[in-house]
Amino acid sequence: MKGQVIAITLVVMSGVATFIMFISTMDSLNLTRNTFYRDYSFADVFVNLKRAPESLKDKIKNVPGVNQVETRVSAYVKLDISGFTEPVTARILSIPDDGRPLLNRLYIRKGRLADPAKDNEVVINENFAKAHGFDPGDQFAAVINGKWKKLTITGIALSPEFVLLMRPEAISPDFKRFGILWMGRKALSKSYDMDGAFNDVVLTLFPDAKLSDVLVELDNIVERYGGFGAYGRKDQISHRMLNEEFRQLQKSSKIFPTIFICVAAFLLNVVMSRTINTQREQIAALKAFGYNNIDVGIHYAKLVVLILFAGLILGVAGGIWFGKMLGAIYMEVYRFPDLIYILHPGVIIAAILISIASALAGTLHSLWRAAKQQPAEAMRPEPPAKYRVTLIEKTGIGRRLTQPSRIILRNIERKPVRTFLSVLGIAAACATMISSGFFKDSVAYMINVQFVLSQKEDMTVAFAEPTSRRAIFELKGLEGVHSAEPFRTVPAKFRFGYRSYKTVINGIEPDSRLHLLLDNNFKPLSLPPSGIILTDYLGKILGVKAGDMLTVEVLEGSKPVREVPVAALVKQYLGVTGYMDITALNRLMREGDAISGAYLFTDSMFRDKLYQRFVKMARISGTVVRGDEIRNFNEIQARAMLFFTFIATLMACFISFGVVYNSARIALSERSRELSSLRVLGYTRGEISYILLGELGLLTLIAIPFGFVIGYWLCGYIAQALASDLFRVPLIIELKTYSLSAAVIFVSASVSSLIVRHKLDHLDLVEVLKTRE
Amino acid sequence: MPFSLLDLIAKKAGNKRQPITNHDQRSTECGFSNRRTETMNQDPANNPEDIVFQVKELTKIYKMGEVEVHALRGADLELFSGELVVLLGPSGSGKSTLLNILGGLDTATSGFVSYRGKNLTNANEQELTEYRRYHVGFVFQFYNLIPSLTARENVEVVTEIARNPMVPEDALAIVGLTERLDHFPAQLSGGEQQRVAIARAISKNPEVLLCDEPTGALDSKTGIVVLEALEKINRELGTATAIITHNADIAGMADRVIYLSNGRISEVKINSVKKAPGELKW
Ligand SMILES: Nc1ncnc2c1ncn2[C@@H]1O[C@H](COP(=O)(O)OP(=O)(O)OP(=O)(O)O)[C@@H](O)[C@H]1O
Ligand SMILES: [Mg+2]
Repeated sequence: MKGQVIAITLVVMSGVATFIMFISTMDSLNLTRNTFYRDYSFADVFVNLKRAPESLKDKIKNVPGVNQVETRVSAYVKLDISGFTEPVTARILSIPDDGRPLLNRLYIRKGRLADPAKDNEVVINENFAKAHGFDPGDQFAAVINGKWKKLTITGIALSPEFVLLMRPEAISPDFKRFGILWMGRKALSKSYDMDGAFNDVVLTLFPDAKLSDVLVELDNIVERYGGFGAYGRKDQISHRMLNEEFRQLQKSSKIFPTIFICVAAFLLNVVMSRTINTQREQIAALKAFGYNNIDVGIHYAKLVVLILFAGLILGVAGGIWFGKMLGAIYMEVYRFPDLIYILHPGVIIAAILISIASALAGTLHSLWRAAKQQPAEAMRPEPPAKYRVTLIEKTGIGRRLTQPSRIILRNIERKPVRTFLSVLGIAAACATMISSGFFKDSVAYMINVQFVLSQKEDMTVAFAEPTSRRAIFELKGLEGVHSAEPFRTVPAKFRFGYRSYKTVINGIEPDSRLHLLLDNNFKPLSLPPSGIILTDYLGKILGVKAGDMLTVEVLEGSKPVREVPVAALVKQYLGVTGYMDITALNRLMREGDAISGAYLFTDSMFRDKLYQRFVKMARISGTVVRGDEIRNFNEIQARAMLFFTFIATLMACFISFGVVYNSARIALSERSRELSSLRVLGYTRGEISYILLGELGLLTLIAIPFGFVIGYWLCGYIAQALASDLFRVPLIIELKTYSLSAAVIFVSASVSSLIVRHKLDHLDLVEVLKTRE
Repeated sequence: MPFSLLDLIAKKAGNKRQPITNHDQRSTECGFSNRRTETMNQDPANNPEDIVFQVKELTKIYKMGEVEVHALRGADLELFSGELVVLLGPSGSGKSTLLNILGGLDTATSGFVSYRGKNLTNANEQELTEYRRYHVGFVFQFYNLIPSLTARENVEVVTEIARNPMVPEDALAIVGLTERLDHFPAQLSGGEQQRVAIARAISKNPEVLLCDEPTGALDSKTGIVVLEALEKINRELGTATAIITHNADIAGMADRVIYLSNGRISEVKINSVKKAPGELKW
């Protein structure tokens, strides 16, 4: 009994721990975020534009619903860091000259703010500083508005605006290759000829303001000044990514604890009904002595309460521990001044209620049976179990079965529900394992499709301004560049019916060899001379299909609005965009052969040299290297993946151990007499172990493929639940994940079998035979 | 299969006259001699070849924490080929303990037990299992059938692993259960279940049959049917049989009656005239 109590306690613990871990991490991140937002005045609305006079600020302030407004100067710069040869870009932002921004205020971790008058002092964001080992006083260079300049770090800071820092269009945060620099407004304005002007506005709203109205109004105001469209927090990348994390945590906090709680309920049920069955005579005796049902019920409930209590305490402790670990992992990527770890009492109460509910579900039935038993009836031995010749035996293999195998089959078939639930329990453990491997597999797959099959360029350069196509020849002429293809990117809003979505249109060469669009079978799709191709998920968001007419509102240049036919939808896992033939896009923009950048295919020998050149080329605003991007993505993922795999493995082990061990112990208690008889008849220890463990082995063998199916289904559900315009996880599970899951289940089943085998070896033959069955 | 009890008996009777050679071969492998004597020997003590069990100064002490229970305090005993003995004695006198040690289910604290000249006292777990598997048949008060197997399959449990087994149906025919082959234990009466247990015990053609209160849970009429089965097996197959009972009347069917008290053999009585079980009354 002790072993079983421990096994069930472990399962209850796992359920409570995962619940607490997910919920508390989510609550903590949420609280930390809200506190940071509040204390450091995170803006509600963000607007980028080309250039506007400072006087426009008052106009913005007068928009109904707008509370505080702050204008800024913002630009993208290339950095030149000695000792780091890969291309690095940064966004440089102004801070008011009085050093006190109204909105998106800085939390200074180290050092001080930059001197507003000095154009060689900057504050940098913490992740970037950490990635490069920068401290206040250190120096690096930047190309600011075409001029190479040495900058001195005066401080290291965090901002509510960049809790998660990601380069626009990047696939994941890259702390080494993208940073934020803050410089005094006066100095920065000078560098960019922005005296008395701004190109970035952030603002807060009054609580009763209607966001959509404000956005429309703002767009109208900044229209003339080259506005790129105002957006609210929900489209702000840092905020958006955090929300995605919350959504994942929320989902996980429902799925996984549910599995554990169900398994725990099942195990409790099996154990309680077995205990009550074997103790029916004692129950009858107690009743005969005048104890009432409640006394008897309390007697058994004590055991359940013990298990629950132990499971809860351990689970809460483990959940806090894991929650803090998970929080720390998040904090590596999401930057807050400090993680405020919080465990709401409500969460503990919920955990208690959930586990009590599971205990009740698991035990009420058997307790009720114990209660309604009449003393006289209970004194009589239980009616003998009914056995039948099983269906499998009737198929003909029956004659070839040995008696021990027959015993296994008949026992399995006699209790179909219990057998099924045991199989389901083990399968659930297997599914849990699969779901942890699933992320790794699908991310690897996603990377492969995105970067090996689709985007074959190894370097991308972006121009500061749309440039003539001739620039391509210049790039092609550089030593080490094998090929270069132009692209044109313009921000745009797509409309179809009442639905709309803001993203970019990518104009690429129709016969591009570097940047391929793939159909559902990963076959390259040729870009039609007119019409637009959309990411499949964008098609879903807008409700369009090939052949529909899409309204395209360009948000750049002369801002044309056009009706464009949708030519096709393409498979893409990251982001959502529209694609057009570059000349068609130029035509739509009513511009010449303008390009925004180029995809390059280079010789790795010359790569470092090329970076050096690109840093110095004024027209190039940034360079991205595919290899760095993928490597970084994997690094960022690795720790979280490792943690989740570790947790899932641990939990899967607990479940499968709990289920197998309990089944084995119950089977042992139900059948020790039979097994002893066989020993008396001269069966060896090995042979009787076969009967007991063979049954469990068979269940495990059935459960594993069943677990594969449930796992696949579970992963499908998760993939669907997590799909968003940021990314869609493809439902890919590699053979390796299946085999690892099967192996983990097998090992934990074997361990519990070994423990039970040990008990079998110490069966007291004589003792058992003395009593009647 | 076509089967006639007379055939079987004739076959077995034939066997008795000459040692079964294949038995001998296999028994050397396992180290236990397993020879059958011709017929019941009226004065077996003269022939050491015929001794199945030899027990000397056997003691068994159960330790329960601080308390020591002396179940056997130096029992001396011999059991001969083909004989049928009844063990009598008050409750707690050590009958079951003795039988369990003879059957290789338990080991003695001190003293000496041998089976066919092979020392059981220092046999290890594996040797004891093999010994039980090939040489001993057990019958207990509670039948200990496998509930998930039919009567026939319960016998097959043994015939599947034995070296020189009977055909399961033959074993069940000997105890008169030809009609009940495919019944599960739950569908059989107590007496029928006990007879299945006996059929199972003898189906391996054991040298000895050890029965601990085989009629203990049965009424007298059913008990007699069971005893008749045991008597028939002893007579026709020549299986040495030891029966523990609390019923002194049963002693009438024995060749010898061994009395135990307080962990020792207090008296051995040879019946000059054996009664058939049908003549017993209680
Ligand atoms: N496993 C055990 N542990 C402790 N003491 C035991 C054990 N088995 C038997 N005994 C003790 O050994 C003594 C002999 O027991 P045994 O079962 O051999 O008696 P018995 O003659 O068969 O009695 P009964 O006729 O009641 O079956 C008894 O005092 C009993 O209590
Ligand atoms: Mg006894």
